[in-house]
Amino acid sequence: MRINPRTTGKIAKVLIWAAALSVLVVLVAIILYILFKGMPFINWRFLTDIPRSMGRSGGIAPAIAGTAMVSLVAIVIAVPFGIGTAFYLAEYTRGNAVTRIIRFSAESLAAIPSIVYGLFGFLFFVIYLDLGWSVLSGGLTLAFMILPTVIRTSEEAILTVPNTYREVSFSLGGTKWQTIRKAVFPSAIQGIANGVILSLGRCVAETAAVILTAGSALRMASSLFSPTRTMAVHFYYLAREGISMDNAYATAALLILLIFLINVVANAFVNRTMAKGR
Amino acid sequence: MTTETNVKIAIRDLSVYYDKKQAVHSLSLDIRAHEILSVIGPANSGITTLLRSLNRLFDLTPGSRTEGDILLDEKSIYGPDVSLTELRRRVGMVFDVPTPLPMSIFDNVAYGPRLKSKKARGSVAETVERSLRMAALWDETKDRLKMPAASLSGGQQQRLCIARVLALEPEVILLDRPCSGLDPISTAKIEDSLTLLKKQFTIVLAPHNVQQAVRVSSRTAFMLSGRLIEEGPSTEVFSDPKDRRTSDYITGRFG
Repeated sequence: MRINPRTTGKIAKVLIWAAALSVLVVLVAIILYILFKGMPFINWRFLTDIPRSMGRSGGIAPAIAGTAMVSLVAIVIAVPFGIGTAFYLAEYTRGNAVTRIIRFSAESLAAIPSIVYGLFGFLFFVIYLDLGWSVLSGGLTLAFMILPTVIRTSEEAILTVPNTYREVSFSLGGTKWQTIRKAVFPSAIQGIANGVILSLGRCVAETAAVILTAGSALRMASSLFSPTRTMAVHFYYLAREGISMDNAYATAALLILLIFLINVVANAFVNRTMAKGR
Repeated sequence: MTTETNVKIAIRDLSVYYDKKQAVHSLSLDIRAHEILSVIGPANSGITTLLRSLNRLFDLTPGSRTEGDILLDEKSIYGPDVSLTELRRRVGMVFDVPTPLPMSIFDNVAYGPRLKSKKARGSVAETVERSLRMAALWDETKDRLKMPAASLSGGQQQRLCIARVLALEPEVILLDRPCSGLDPISTAKIEDSLTLLKKQFTIVLAPHNVQQAVRVSSRTAFMLSGRLIEEGPSTEVFSDPKDRRTSDYITGRFG
């Protein structure tokens, strides 16, 4: 028996809508549940105080600072190298052995579980380079982790810039570097920024790689060489050791809000300052 | 070989290849100063390739190869001491579709001057105004120079591209079917500007149809399959073509 095409069309439409709707429901449910459980415990003291009795009471200020420091180190290191590599791949070479090796490595690196980066960071930065559990070890490890994402998203952004922009710039007497800087980069910046924001989100949320490299110290980190604990790690200990589910949820809620905030602020910044004139 | 003093560009035995495919076959042609030369022919005649060879933009195409020589003011543009940026400033190019960069009207016209060193560029604002005036676009844009170039109409965008080339203070302007996507009124405006610009510049035009060549150019060259079939004063080429293929093309028997 054959079903007529209009009926199959309707069935397909219903199924696709159902798929999208259930995903939306699940996502919203998770976010609302965590915000609902966590928001009541977020207050000024929670944001600014140090944790007391292992985090059972007090605040999470050192974890907030730790998260910011580790993520900042990772971004500051990974972004220049990542964008530089992306421009090399997209503008300076065309499909030779070196580019294939870089692309293949980046793809492979992107698929590695983060705890493997953690193990590498522990063995290399913490032990071998003797940086100890520190902001620097954690940040460097995360930099390696997000590098493939930065490279891939930046390269894609650069490749979507229409070739006519390059031809116009060259035809107006631009050098290669002037063309990249003035005609290609401004058009690719939005896509590049999206990749950086995505990577920043992954840094903020990362747990496994950071436990092994930045440690889990509750004290406020005083330098790049101090051990620290990020919010995600703090949350992990609070929940797994059963220290305080209330504060665990509050930390999780704060993480979600933070990632939300990063997205909004970064997008506004890019739109306002860099993507003029389109 | 004696070159007359008013020859601006001398193309000598030029052959151009994309990988194995030959797009231009040993072509020789003189382009005189302060003339509008039309290069006509059906699609795939090698006209775009020829134009892109004159400012060496063709070099950017992967697998491209060139034989023969092109002399600009009696000096080879393939010489070892030739600066590509300098050459492309002297030989400006307008493309077949309007290609505004995603920035403001002002920044588009200022793009070329700003590539020069601070000392060499002079007042950018003055250059922009002068260029927009020459391209007959100043009155329409003077109150919205900060607006995105994409907000202009297609015809205005193409005149913007002409202004952008004029801002380079070039000697030669190449126009590759500059009116192909435009309405008759915009086309007429661009043709008017070209006639005015002729006094100061040497213009090589690939017109989008035969009538345009008749209207604006003093000399016409006819190309077919990468070969130069015939060239001469436009009036002669159109009224009394020497080659049968030329007359077939201009009477619309093919093309």
